[in-house]
Amino acid sequence: MSQHSVAADLFNKDEARVDWHDESLWFIRQKRDKAVWQIPEWEELRQLGSDIKEHTLAHLDDYWRTFEEKAAANGIQIHWAADAQEHNQIILDIMRQHQMTRIVKSKSMLTEECHLNPFLEKNGIEVIDTDLGERIVQMRNEAPSHIVLPAIHLKREDVGDTFHEHLGTEAGATDPQYLTEAARQHLREKFIQADLAITGVNFAIAETGGFVVCTNEGNADMGAHLAKIHIACMGLEKIIPKMDHLGVFLRLLARSATGQPITTYSSHFHKPRAGQEMHLVIVDNGRTTQLGRPDFRNSLKCIRCGSCINTCPVYRRSGGHSYHNAVSGPIGIILAPNLDMKANADLPFASTLCGSCTNVCPVKIDIHDQIWKWRQTVVAEGYVEGGKKQGIRLMNFVLSSPKVYRFMGKMGRSLLRIAPFLVNNGLNPWYKNREMPVAPAESFRDWYLKNENNGKHK
Amino acid sequence: MRIGLFVPCYVDQFYPQVAIATLELLKAQGCDVVFPLNQTCCGQPMANSGFASIAGDCNANFLHNFAGLDYIVTPSGSCALHVKEHVLPHDDTSSTYRVFELCEFLTDVLEVKNIAAQFPHRVGWHNSCHGQRMLGLSSMSEKVGPAFSKPLSLLRQVQNLTLADLERNDECCGFGGTFCVTEEAISVKMGKDRVADHTAQHVDYITGGDMSCLMHLEGILRRQKSPIKIIHIAEILNTR
Amino acid sequence: MASTSRQHILEKMRQNRPTDAPELPENIQFPPFFDDPELKFCDTLAGIGGQAIFAPSYAFIAEDLQQLFPDAQLVVHAIADLPLSGVHPDTMVDDHDLAPVDLAILPSALGVAENGAIWLDERHFGRHRVLPFITQHLVIVLDRKKITHNLHAAYGLIDPTATGFGMWLAGPSKTADIEQSLVIGAHGARSLRVYLLG
Repeated sequence: MSQHSVAADLFNKDEARVDWHDESLWFIRQKRDKAVWQIPEWEELRQLGSDIKEHTLAHLDDYWRTFEEKAAANGIQIHWAADAQEHNQIILDIMRQHQMTRIVKSKSMLTEECHLNPFLEKNGIEVIDTDLGERIVQMRNEAPSHIVLPAIHLKREDVGDTFHEHLGTEAGATDPQYLTEAARQHLREKFIQADLAITGVNFAIAETGGFVVCTNEGNADMGAHLAKIHIACMGLEKIIPKMDHLGVFLRLLARSATGQPITTYSSHFHKPRAGQEMHLVIVDNGRTTQLGRPDFRNSLKCIRCGSCINTCPVYRRSGGHSYHNAVSGPIGIILAPNLDMKANADLPFASTLCGSCTNVCPVKIDIHDQIWKWRQTVVAEGYVEGGKKQGIRLMNFVLSSPKVYRFMGKMGRSLLRIAPFLVNNGLNPWYKNREMPVAPAESFRDWYLKNENNGKHK
Repeated sequence: MRIGLFVPCYVDQFYPQVAIATLELLKAQGCDVVFPLNQTCCGQPMANSGFASIAGDCNANFLHNFAGLDYIVTPSGSCALHVKEHVLPHDDTSSTYRVFELCEFLTDVLEVKNIAAQFPHRVGWHNSCHGQRMLGLSSMSEKVGPAFSKPLSLLRQVQNLTLADLERNDECCGFGGTFCVTEEAISVKMGKDRVADHTAQHVDYITGGDMSCLMHLEGILRRQKSPIKIIHIAEILNTR
Repeated sequence: MASTSRQHILEKMRQNRPTDAPELPENIQFPPFFDDPELKFCDTLAGIGGQAIFAPSYAFIAEDLQQLFPDAQLVVHAIADLPLSGVHPDTMVDDHDLAPVDLAILPSALGVAENGAIWLDERHFGRHRVLPFITQHLVIVLDRKKITHNLHAAYGLIDPTATGFGMWLAGPSKTADIEQSLVIGAHGARSLRVYLLG
């Protein structure tokens, strides 16, 4: 069994909880539907979002050169990181240079991808995640299970217990209002004390040399506007050519993510405030390699709205942690094999290829097609279990030859008919929770030969 | 107009009545239907498992069997899609091989307006993903646009049939080819949830355009000892 | 090391870039899908946890605020026409000094009907960028004629580079990170009240 299916199996031991998880995410999908169906030009907007991103991917180096020049003039310090390690080191070096020890960090899936927190903690630095969901999972020593809703796998009772332990809230208290207030007080203190703030980036704008950060809680801004140093970290795919294009992306992003018309705060950073340093770390970490894969490059259009995750019927019933990757769900499936094909070879098979992900994607990434193509790629590269390979080869042998097919068909059906226990046992995963189809007396072909053919056709 | 009947391998082996209904239905519409006898499978089981590269002989067998016909019609959206996307040579898809899922063939090519069928039952329609989202047999809840459904437009012509409204009209059932055994827990849970939606609507039958989804749902229904039965849309449209 | 990475990454971007990309879409505009931008703005803002009030005058606003926030200790504003006592934000020295602010009242130049967002930059909140976030409650005064229908139109009417920092503000701070239940007042302002003046 694959790593994903083992984790999914475990997740499904508590069916009531699976139902609850599924409903929570379906609720967000419904909010998304309600929001997008209000916009008559929604499908046109998706096409525009896709076209802008595709165009940008074809001119990435040009746009980055323009950005660098403008950003430098704005007083933003630019750093380039080839991989996760270099990204982490850049941040540590800035901390050391200023002899700083306390960081507040708003949501950045890139820093999750780079495993920044454990690296900094190992080097004696306090990193506090300030997004409420991320703070909750950080306290619990877990990874976020969703890129937009990091604690979507947790119930209020879980959060209540965690806050009781870490923040001293009343034992058994589960009211979200009360728990959020406790986090607000706790994190205000951290914002005030922090030396340095790290934020993610939603969009960098080539023509102006600035960047936009979107949050609902206001945590990115509380951090960035109080700390002496602001470091924004981004994957190199998140650049757009012009300010005006934000009109398209900000209309798409929040509606797709949560069904809001726009995030509460869409902050446009162009210059550091007086006395502040502003850094931007631009990270490759496999992205330019993905750019070189024609089948998979357009995954780089992703704006991290999470809508494909919310709609995915598999994700809703397997939970984010089953994907064992910073980004879970359908988008995680097509990004992860590029980072480590061997470790993530199971993920492209954690999908029914239903295509709902592709339909909700605000930038029209052909997600389910890419999942199918990753299956071909991981098999071609040899990252598939031997037993499975044998089985598929046998199936192909049977289905490639009409005679063998007909012979095996008779065998299969007669086995079912004569000795159902041969198939209907616990070793057959189908039979664990489903009955086998009732085998008919004859195949359609047999019937056709008897009743219709009259030797007329070939 | 010569039509080649393409019968998916699992329908041939396990659900011959669906292929019989399809054949009779097309003939009742005045079509000249042939069943190429050496057909096996479209190759989807291999391709969806990541082994498209070894399915060449299987594909060649398909192309050989269905050469020179006006249309290829199959009672499966999923198999029709696979043939279109991965079996047909991509340089001349439209000219030589014209592949249609049964419902779209009835609505778009034959333009059937008055189907002489009777089915005095309460029926839940299962939207199979490949037919719906990839062949575009109906509008989709995710996409902003006018509502339509080719299969439902046919079912609405059936006398005495009552269609149930579902809570999640186009959620995947979890069959997913080999997914149904490699991700058994999720597959079953998805299937149970679809079954629960139909059960809550007190349907007598779950129908659909893909026997693979229905086989999966049937397995769950029978394990639950549910009175709900499954039936392919071709069988309903072929009732007299 | 750093400059090597830069060079290497930029080169790889060029080597691996697709060659069949679409033209860059520009001058994107869509007409409004509603009749009255002012009412749409009010509706949308209410839907995202804020409140819009039509205000005939600054005197009305001052009176309303006195009634709503009788206990506010530290009120910050820089609107000369508003007859309400308050500290001018620029007189505060350090950003951290703003921590006890109970109520901030800021002007804005533009609202967007479709999403309930308001544009704010340093011309509105001054040099303390943290002000609209750190204040417990936030009030915006906006000319009711300065509401445009959507973001495409809006970006034609603002200049986000005019100051070093600017933002779309859409409602009070909120989170739904605990079991998807909406809580207003996560880290930023606990409430947002927008007076549509005129």
